[in-house]
Amino acid sequence: MTDIQHNLPDDILMGYATGVLPRAFDLVVASHVSLSDESRARLESLEAIGGAVLEDVGTADIAHDSLKQTLAKIGGMAPIRRPVPTSGVFPTPLQDAVGGDEAAVRWRSVGRGVKQCVLHSDEDGTARLLLIPAGRAMPAHSHLGTEMTLVLKGAFRDADGVFTRGDIEVADAEINHQPIAEPGEDCICLVATDAKLKFQGLLPRLAQPFVGI
Amino acid sequence: MAAVARDQDRKAFAELFRHFAPRVKAFLIKSGADESLAEECMQDVMATLWHKSHLYDPSRASVATWIFTIARNRRIDLLRRYARPEPEELPWGPEAAPDQADVIALQQDSTRLADAIGKLPEKQRMLIHRAYFGDLTHSEIAAETGLPLGTIKSRIRLALDRLRHSMS
Repeated sequence: MTDIQHNLPDDILMGYATGVLPRAFDLVVASHVSLSDESRARLESLEAIGGAVLEDVGTADIAHDSLKQTLAKIGGMAPIRRPVPTSGVFPTPLQDAVGGDEAAVRWRSVGRGVKQCVLHSDEDGTARLLLIPAGRAMPAHSHLGTEMTLVLKGAFRDADGVFTRGDIEVADAEINHQPIAEPGEDCICLVATDAKLKFQGLLPRLAQPFVGI
Repeated sequence: MAAVARDQDRKAFAELFRHFAPRVKAFLIKSGADESLAEECMQDVMATLWHKSHLYDPSRASVATWIFTIARNRRIDLLRRYARPEPEELPWGPEAAPDQADVIALQQDSTRLADAIGKLPEKQRMLIHRAYFGDLTHSEIAAETGLPLGTIKSRIRLALDRLRHSMS
């Protein structure tokens, strides 16, 4: 929990704290923060600015029976219990998106032993799970926008070092990188992209329309 | 807040309501909600505060900060019509009786932060406001706010470490 080396940069955490990230990125941030105390502390300190803004924002007139109505709502709502801690590979927000843990993922093969499962896709971005077999490389690619990769199981290595469970890599446009799964265990990552990736090699490029990466 | 969590104290809740309800509503209106939506949404936020009060940890957030996160989440859910993924709640804590020194230190940090925002040049202060109303895109927000976040961050980090420690 404390040995996470690669945390999120402040601008992404700020985007999450203010609530303006695309949905695909929200999922990756929430999953990473669930695994990293360092990022959680930084997120909560950015949220503290939100608390100060709330105190500084001024007041609006509320309905004369506002409190009464709120108490009526309270009467009709069940208390929110502390959630049972999740066990398993995936943190809670990811389990919610998948509908279960690792075993519930409906993988689709995308060639060379690599598998993926798209969890969410809209015009602002796509979130997917990727499985890279131990020791294998993900196809080399660059991308038009931001790409965030959170390791959930196993590890991968690229020019920036080794990334293990809980580590997150944020790559901006046009970085050409080729993550390689470390030997020993298949690597499962949660990846969000905000624009279609461009693959370098001919074969992967042909495959792109089908792969949907 | 403690009285609301521990004793389901409606009088204490009414006090929190008097202070925060008009602020939450103003926050929602500035975030783009119209009058009636802001009123309804504010009531939802205050009701959620009641029901989640036992999850509030005064050694990690001021009451204002905690209410801000509830209001922000509610705003996003309404705007996008889906429940935004949130980090999982820590399975433990807040401790039954958090260290008072920690709680006071966190309050002092929060006050310092509010003072620092108040002292910013008007233009920069408004920019921060707009960012937290969800009015700026992620690339428009300068991550470097120049605000004293270092101490508050280390304090929250310490509180998280202690929580984990106390459970292992």
